[in-house]
Amino acid sequence: MADAALRWMIAGEWRQHPGRIAVAALAIAVGVALGFAVHLVNGSALASFGQAIRTVNGAADLQITATSALGMDEALYGRVALAAGVADASPVVMLKAKSPSGEAIPVLGLDVIRAANVTPTTIGVSASGPGTGATDPFASDALFLSRAALAAARVRVGDSLAITANGHTQTMVVRGTLPAVADGQRLGAIDIAASQSLFGRLGRIDRIDLKLADGAQPGAARLALARLLPPDAILSDGDDQTAQSDALSRAYRVNLDMLALVALLTGSFLVYATQSLSVARRLQAFALLRTLGMQKRALIALVATEGALAGLAGSVLGLLLGYGLAAGAMALLGGDLGGGYFGDAPPPLIFAPGAALAFFALGMAAAIGGSVLPALDGARAAPAVALKNAGDALDPRARPGLMVPLVLAGLGIGAALMPAAARLPLFGYLAIALLLAAGIAAMPGVARLLLAPLARRPSGAFAFDLAVQHLRGTPGAAASALSGIVASTALMIAMAIMVTSFRGAVDEWLGDILSGDLYLRSDPGSGGFDPAAQGALARVKGVERIMFSRTVPLVLAADQPPMQLIARPVMPAMEAMTLIGSAVRPPRGAIPVWLSEPAARILGRSAGQSVRLPLGHGEHFAVAGVWRDYARQQGAIAIESSDYERMSGDLARDAAMVVLAPGASADSVSRALIAASPPALQGQVQTAQPAVLRRFALTLFDRSFAITYLLEAVAIIVGLAGVAATTSAQALARTREFGMLRHIGVSRGQVLAMLGSEGALLGLVGSMAGVLLGIAISQVLIHVVNPQSFNWTMSTRFPLGLMASVIAALTVAASATAMLAGRRALSVDAVRAVRADW
Amino acid sequence: MKRAHAIMALALMAATSAAPPVVYPVVSPGRTFAFPADHGAHPEYRTEWWYVTGIVAGVDGKRLGFQVTFFRSRLPVDPNNASAFAAKQVLFAHVALSDPATGHILHDERAARAGFGLAGAKVGDADITIRDWRLVRLADGQFTTRIAAKGFTLDLAFTPSQPPLLEGQGGYSRKGPKPSEASYYYSLPQMRVSGTIMRGKAGGSVSGKAWLDREWSSSYLNPVAAGWDWTGLNFDDGSALMAFRIRRRDGSTLWAGGSFRRAGGAVVVLAPGDVSLVPMRRWTSPRTGATYPIAQTLTIRLPEGVRRFALTPFMADQELDARRSGLPIYWEGAVTTPGGSGYLELTGYAAPMKM
Repeated sequence: MADAALRWMIAGEWRQHPGRIAVAALAIAVGVALGFAVHLVNGSALASFGQAIRTVNGAADLQITATSALGMDEALYGRVALAAGVADASPVVMLKAKSPSGEAIPVLGLDVIRAANVTPTTIGVSASGPGTGATDPFASDALFLSRAALAAARVRVGDSLAITANGHTQTMVVRGTLPAVADGQRLGAIDIAASQSLFGRLGRIDRIDLKLADGAQPGAARLALARLLPPDAILSDGDDQTAQSDALSRAYRVNLDMLALVALLTGSFLVYATQSLSVARRLQAFALLRTLGMQKRALIALVATEGALAGLAGSVLGLLLGYGLAAGAMALLGGDLGGGYFGDAPPPLIFAPGAALAFFALGMAAAIGGSVLPALDGARAAPAVALKNAGDALDPRARPGLMVPLVLAGLGIGAALMPAAARLPLFGYLAIALLLAAGIAAMPGVARLLLAPLARRPSGAFAFDLAVQHLRGTPGAAASALSGIVASTALMIAMAIMVTSFRGAVDEWLGDILSGDLYLRSDPGSGGFDPAAQGALARVKGVERIMFSRTVPLVLAADQPPMQLIARPVMPAMEAMTLIGSAVRPPRGAIPVWLSEPAARILGRSAGQSVRLPLGHGEHFAVAGVWRDYARQQGAIAIESSDYERMSGDLARDAAMVVLAPGASADSVSRALIAASPPALQGQVQTAQPAVLRRFALTLFDRSFAITYLLEAVAIIVGLAGVAATTSAQALARTREFGMLRHIGVSRGQVLAMLGSEGALLGLVGSMAGVLLGIAISQVLIHVVNPQSFNWTMSTRFPLGLMASVIAALTVAASATAMLAGRRALSVDAVRAVRADW
Repeated sequence: MKRAHAIMALALMAATSAAPPVVYPVVSPGRTFAFPADHGAHPEYRTEWWYVTGIVAGVDGKRLGFQVTFFRSRLPVDPNNASAFAAKQVLFAHVALSDPATGHILHDERAARAGFGLAGAKVGDADITIRDWRLVRLADGQFTTRIAAKGFTLDLAFTPSQPPLLEGQGGYSRKGPKPSEASYYYSLPQMRVSGTIMRGKAGGSVSGKAWLDREWSSSYLNPVAAGWDWTGLNFDDGSALMAFRIRRRDGSTLWAGGSFRRAGGAVVVLAPGDVSLVPMRRWTSPRTGATYPIAQTLTIRLPEGVRRFALTPFMADQELDARRSGLPIYWEGAVTTPGGSGYLELTGYAAPMKM
């Protein structure tokens, strides 16, 4: 009997209010979809990025890698190969090669005999057959290409191909393929001696791949090897490389995942709001069932089942939506969702069953959780009282307690002060969740507080005063209506403030650093401008001053992405650098370096402290200053050109900032600079003017926040949907009240005006409270989440226009939806409405 | 004698392009050999090897065959390439153990380009290394080798008991119809072996006899040759016999030769017509499908008359499939003959050799 009653009640409720359930399910769907999509896209991008890394690395047991593109002394190879625990060692030269049409193809210079033992996937197989000639992997012009590389270079086995790397162009013959390289991965292999002699790398190698002896302990081998390594070499294994590629985009990815979870949380509030209304409306029915012998537990199960059904629909829809969204986002924004961490080609989308299950469970949990709380309330009501009274479960005369919100807010502030966990701002997110919960818990009290002055001093406008009194009299209903608005407004405003602050900071910073008239850059891997070329560029007519720089990726830890070492003239002018804090004179004998803000945070060093860098031969380095940088999230280190040259012997430069002579035209000087570049760099030198760079940087910024804008839009929609759902639910629940009002002579228009006022008041109170809460949360985002995940700081900027328009829009929308709902409720005949009594 | 591994070396150097041509010295008659200098490498020649085969017995009296070989190859890479990695000289090593109790051969191989202290073949005296594998001639004239291979370890000393035996015409050994198809070739037969052979924790000291073949050349097989049969036998009376035939694809003999050194030291050089090898028993490898004449009757014509030697293998399966490291499939096995023992090498049976 109870089962039948349950089914009947659920079916009846849904038949009567399909829209409300649909909105709740949709809110869950949106949260699940966003979370799942972000996860899918990132998972696919990481998998493809990881595969690219594994392709080039050939899956050696252990690797010794040069800390920078300058490589390491090849003599290390002989010492390492004979170290204890090492079964074999394969030296590698890595070239960032380009085909004549500009397609990038990583090319490895290998000793094929060693690679056959250590990294068999990188071994070329000669095509045999007429026209291919005999086979010789040692020939200095022999090139082996993977299938993807053959396709990219548009050549076939037997063809000649001119490849350019490190500033040298050499014609090679495609002698065969690399059959063990995974599909879609570009890779080339040539003889290591050819890579050194033809591409300007004599005496240097970039990597030593190691095969450990059977039974050798990797830990012991690592220890033994570490003693052999010079400062410019570092040990790593597959785990380190995975960690490195993971670390590259981890913070960005986790942030997006967190935002998705926040959307899910909002959905959960929506479920809570609709379910508490639905419970409140059915209190009498429940009470009747209770008197008929139904257990409390069964009642809770009923409401929870309703929530679960909504959750089921929402989660399934969310997973489908999420997959579609991921496919779309991947095609539109690329595998990093516009973050700029991975290559250009969109990777194939990989379905993740585990993640699908997890997000499905989260969706279900949000829906059931949002239902169980109101169900507990409903079950607690004494059946006899509830049977007579369909009013608010909260006593309007009781002062809402402020204990719970205060404790939650206190905990939130405490969490915000915690350091990052596992390099992620996990406590920051906890703080946001706690603040959000505190804000919502405080809503009944805040609503009373805000409405109290209005209630004490009636305005004389009948409909408005009635609305104020109604809201004061039903704090429970008001609170549940408000929670959705507050949650979504707060999150949206918080994100908007964060993005505005960030964009403003980047814009200002760009103005500071783009102090030249013209910028010149050679492609990475092209070898750059040698001193002769630098001289030629400096002599170009119209160039008043030219400042060259060299950027070299520098690996400081095997499991961390490389930082950028920037060799440039720093002192005394510190052009195009904005220091945070003051400059410090380094101690005598120490070489000064200037850390970017992310570098300083990652290394945990501040101005005046010494720092260890994998450079030179045991020199001491000291931090002379920390500069603002929003461009290189993984950190950058500036060093004087002269110090860099002395330690590395590298005289080449890859970029320059040009100050034009008065009257010189940027366009003509730009052409002259390209013409004056060495022939080997033809087609690999670009110039740009500051305005273009600035536009480019801001476009990149907007692209990387595109997903955030999307989430903001979703938050607004969820907020409005919440307003619509709650107000319409309340209006329908109050059919009898409206009938009564009509009986005592209140006009239809006055009732509508009352409803409109109620909606407007709810919208205003909710959005204002949401904005205030959003400001608090934005401070957590700006001062906790951002520094902890991206290692940069900024000052707060308020998007005042947006904040005002959100408040206005929500007020108007709430008022409009309340009136729309009221029209439907009022269409019921007044007499029948009053009679609808038990 | 020419050996299977040379094929890899030759295949590797088969073609090269843009670099200036590498000029290899041509082998011609009339060379004067000098020792110990000629035990060392002759890096200007295209191919060279140090090839030790031997039969030993442990304290339990059970016999084992072993093979330790180092090859040196000069590749035709640009001699002006300044890279220390330039593959101007490449070294190969192959080691094998034949134990009738195991039923099949155990073997391991290595290769490396010379340099970085990891691999090299010294000039002036024998000293060839690839990582920790080494064959070296000590000041007292004794050769030693220590090889830790996959599954077994050889730690052996070889003491020459006779002067070097110059093969062919005073060390000039023809391989084909053209005079340039030849090598410089000497052997050290009847070397006394002592040392240890371990297989895991089992094994112990061994003693027996070995044969060292030394050969270097720049030009090898005639293009019509498919492979060869070769044998080197130490007799109990102190005499030694080396014989080979180079086969065409149809199995007929393209060239043959050898030498017989009597117990007293007198050497009889065998001309192509003085040597014949006739298969007596064939064995088909279940792994590769190749069929080898693993038992043969060797007939040589000496001034005093014709002598026949029945060559009986220790076991049928002494096939080496070294394709993994780019080497060919061949059969290299310990054999016995009445009054002596040695090694028989059979190449070109799985597929014709291309050189």
